[in-house]
Amino acid sequence: MDSMTLIAIASIITAGLTIALGSIGPALGEGRAVATALSSLAQQPDAATTITRTLFVGLAMIESIAIYCFVVSMILIFANPFWSYVIVHATGK
Amino acid sequence: MHLSPDEIIFWQQGFLKLNATIAFTWGLMFVLVAGSILVTRNLSTGLRRSRWQNLLEIVVSAIKEQIAEVGLHQPEKYLGFLGTLFLFVAIASVFTIVPGYQPPTGSLSTTVALAICVFVAVPLFGIEDRGLGGYLRVYLKPTFIMLPFNIISELSRTLALAVRLFGNMMSGTMILAILLTITPFIFPIAMSVLGLLTGMVQAYIFSILATVYIAAATRARKPELGLEPED
Repeated sequence: MDSMTLIAIASIITAGLTIALGSIGPALGEGRAVATALSSLAQQPDAATTITRTLFVGLAMIESIAIYCFVVSMILIFANPFWSYVIVHATGK
Repeated sequence: MHLSPDEIIFWQQGFLKLNATIAFTWGLMFVLVAGSILVTRNLSTGLRRSRWQNLLEIVVSAIKEQIAEVGLHQPEKYLGFLGTLFLFVAIASVFTIVPGYQPPTGSLSTTVALAICVFVAVPLFGIEDRGLGGYLRVYLKPTFIMLPFNIISELSRTLALAVRLFGNMMSGTMILAILLTITPFIFPIAMSVLGLLTGMVQAYIFSILATVYIAAATRARKPELGLEPED
């Protein structure tokens, strides 16, 4: 197996694993956040606007972790520096 | 399939490039500025006003109220900067309805530029409010051992701002592009509605986070009101 194939295999597998594993944590965290927000909304409906706003801000912060994993995965697929290097050298030969 | 509007280049000479990001950013700026000038030409302070003036008043007072709710005492000082951040990112996302448009916030350059604006603005507002010594002393709280961690957190939250906005916008356009090749017609429209929603939420998140950072850097004492400085 030459290095070109190896880089391709590693990039694709890593891209898939990154987004798959990286979505588990944020999903669980967001589920817990929404569950806690719902129970506190049931306890204190007067604070609904504050709770909702804080919930959305918190969800966005948690979501950013999944976004980081997504960005890494996209970089591996579309803007992969190792693949570009290998391609340049393969066509240059 | 391109990763960002940076790759659509209209004109190039040497290392100067006019790409879609710059073109769409200037288009958005033109729309915002021209729209505001047109609406605020004949402002009326009475009970009868035009619909557009009413709309702008709602938007401005809502932003001011949000800024005051986070804890900044004089929202007018920060309204220009924070309101512009929110409106730019929100309008950049809303215009996805227009065919052929790519949100410029889908390019890492734009989001990093906005994040650097926030990074520069927070010390500026902090020094203006607390003075240079008072602002630098904030970095030594709660103990002076926390100094490197405070600096690192300052840098990393700027990076997080940029990457969060970029990732959300880029994923919205990319999902749309991928879906259009697989299932045209209904499903891409549903995904583009989701993209609009996340665009507005991300605009709100960006400006609220900027507000929270500025509020953490200011909080000066107001002696005439007898308020204690919140640390």
